[in-house]
Amino acid sequence: MAEKKEELAYDTKIEGDIVVTKADAAINWIRSHSMWPMPMGLACCAIELMATASSRFDIARFGAEVMRFSPRQADVMIVAGTVTYKMAPAVRRIYDQMAAPKWVIAMGACASTGGMYRSYAVLQGVDRIVPVDVYVSGCPPRPEALLDGLLKLQKKVGRERSLSRLGSVESPRLSPTHA
Amino acid sequence: MSEEIIVRLQERFAGVTPRESLDWPALNCPVEQWPVLAAALKDEFAYTFLADVTAVDWNEASPRFTVVYHLFSVQKHVYLRVAVDCPDDGEPEVTSVSGLWPTADWHERETYDMFGIRFRGHPDLKRILMWEDYPYFPLRKEFPLAGWETDLPDREVAAATGAKVIGAPMMGGPFVAPHEGPMSEREPRGGDETWTEKNPKPKE
Repeated sequence: MAEKKEELAYDTKIEGDIVVTKADAAINWIRSHSMWPMPMGLACCAIELMATASSRFDIARFGAEVMRFSPRQADVMIVAGTVTYKMAPAVRRIYDQMAAPKWVIAMGACASTGGMYRSYAVLQGVDRIVPVDVYVSGCPPRPEALLDGLLKLQKKVGRERSLSRLGSVESPRLSPTHA
Repeated sequence: MSEEIIVRLQERFAGVTPRESLDWPALNCPVEQWPVLAAALKDEFAYTFLADVTAVDWNEASPRFTVVYHLFSVQKHVYLRVAVDCPDDGEPEVTSVSGLWPTADWHERETYDMFGIRFRGHPDLKRILMWEDYPYFPLRKEFPLAGWETDLPDREVAAATGAKVIGAPMMGGPFVAPHEGPMSEREPRGGDETWTEKNPKPKE
């Protein structure tokens, strides 16, 4: 009979099932790879958003294919299109109804700055009413550009301090220029 | 053919006068005769389809507002344009024709929304494009394209965000495409590009 030795080396029975990491890194990894979008499709950018979700570009490769039309189940609001002043309160209310943590992508020129609509009826950038994490340029942006924006947002989420954020349910403040 | 309808209408309605037009027959109608004329046009002259209702703001001139109707006859395949001057420049008002052509309901709401022309007898004359308590009429001549500052439609959202309806930064605009030159140089651009969001518009 073999004498029982003290465990000094790598043991597959134990360490084969364990990955050591930091809690923040694990939480951020999970969050950034299962971002459920709230498709705030308001104009032609929504068509590109739909193309991004379909098979050729396939947003599912990045874990964001679960478009939720209920803000309660969504993580990232993709504002795709022209935000009129009449629509702006609805956009803000839907953002308020999303559960934290939540993020916003301003897709395209109109959502980012008002775009070519320098007019009395159009909100000059959705960042005046909701805090935007990623701006995607283009009129409308190609699906690749939106995917790039999503990847940028994933990187940004990866840098967040998620555990310390768990305690606070406050939404991030608007930038001081618009507040 | 185009003059025939005008002549026939002039025999029936004393106030009707022919109106200058480049395409279809057009006529001016006094505001008090318009309800009778409209009913006759629909029931006797077969203009069963109201294609458009809009208005013109003549700015300084008086009468300031003219409501313009485009009628189409499905049987005869011809259009007719009717212009009705509003007698009061301050509170322009015309009789609604939404009882005759149901489509006039939303068209008249849009005309009210953009020009502030009231339509007497309209079932529910409220704004259709802008929100209910928007204080201006955007297609009036004194209203600039950029708009005037006012409050957001929703008070709670306005309080939470501090956002307002602002005059849009025009940056030398409005943006128009030049008519001449090669296509590559005909991108829409502001007429005066010396001022931007960073360089304010120079005082005259």
